[in-house]
Amino acid sequence: MVSTNYDAGTSENVIPTPVKIVVAGGFGAGKTTMVGSVSEISPLSTEELMTQASDGVDDITGVERKTTTTVALDFGRITISPHTVLYLFGTPGQDRFWYMWDELARGAIGTVVLVDTRRLDSSFAAIDFFERRKIPFIVAVNCFDGADQYDEEEIRRALVIAPHVPVLFFDARQRESSKLALIKLVRYAMSKLPKPAGMVSSAG
Amino acid sequence: MDEDEWYDEAAGPLVRPYAITRGRIPDSEFELDLATQVMAIPSTQDPVGLTPEHLAILQLCKRPFSVAELGVYIKIPIAVVKVLCGDLIERGDVIVRSPTQPEQAPDYELLQAVLDGLHKL
Repeated sequence: MVSTNYDAGTSENVIPTPVKIVVAGGFGAGKTTMVGSVSEISPLSTEELMTQASDGVDDITGVERKTTTTVALDFGRITISPHTVLYLFGTPGQDRFWYMWDELARGAIGTVVLVDTRRLDSSFAAIDFFERRKIPFIVAVNCFDGADQYDEEEIRRALVIAPHVPVLFFDARQRESSKLALIKLVRYAMSKLPKPAGMVSSAG
Repeated sequence: MDEDEWYDEAAGPLVRPYAITRGRIPDSEFELDLATQVMAIPSTQDPVGLTPEHLAILQLCKRPFSVAELGVYIKIPIAVVKVLCGDLIERGDVIVRSPTQPEQAPDYELLQAVLDGLHKL
């Protein structure tokens, strides 16, 4: 394999290591909102109006107020340190953009699968995708105003989530809440890795 | 009016994206990712043979920039960014750093660093 880090001696000193976290979930589940609430830059995206053009294509039950959706890229950035920069990539919300998911997931720490309890079924596809590829994921239930409240067991049963997969309830609009979701994912991803010898860790 | 600006944005791009790359697709050899960091090496650049888009990448990459951000700021598709970055890598005009690939998943220490960073936000 050809190394992608050309002149590695130099690049390690001056270029931060990029890491990725994927934010997935159905149409209108709050992916763009979550990326925006924790990113240090405004979420960058190519959004198109999904109004008349989407008639008959997207089921918008329960998301009447959402007039745009992500059709291409949607991402944010968090500078972790001078050596590490974290990118958050929202998955394109519609089936016809599935081809992009593989690239988004490749080499990623893991995925936060957002769930809107009004439309649980719209998150099935994302859960299935990351389960099959053995990519660590957590399920984050976005607590929309006015949506029915369910407890964790009900969510697990409805989505058929394996017992080891963390589930949390959060608010994608709140920076602190979104941050906790990311922390939960990173801890979970760490728990799946062998710990380096002699290292005391708080992961778990 | 500047004669370079006789059209407006509503006219759309006058050059189709794949004309910029002369029909080429990204070279998988470089394994460029959306999150790959690209940085220009100032001393080596000779603009001969470079397109305005190549030059725009070099201009932005005076500090590290991701492939995805380059696509947004230069307003060209990601696939085109990758082709152009491939050219610049071959010329020695940029250095890049990609996320770890699946066969070498993010290691424990890297994840610990990310965790520490998130806690400090």
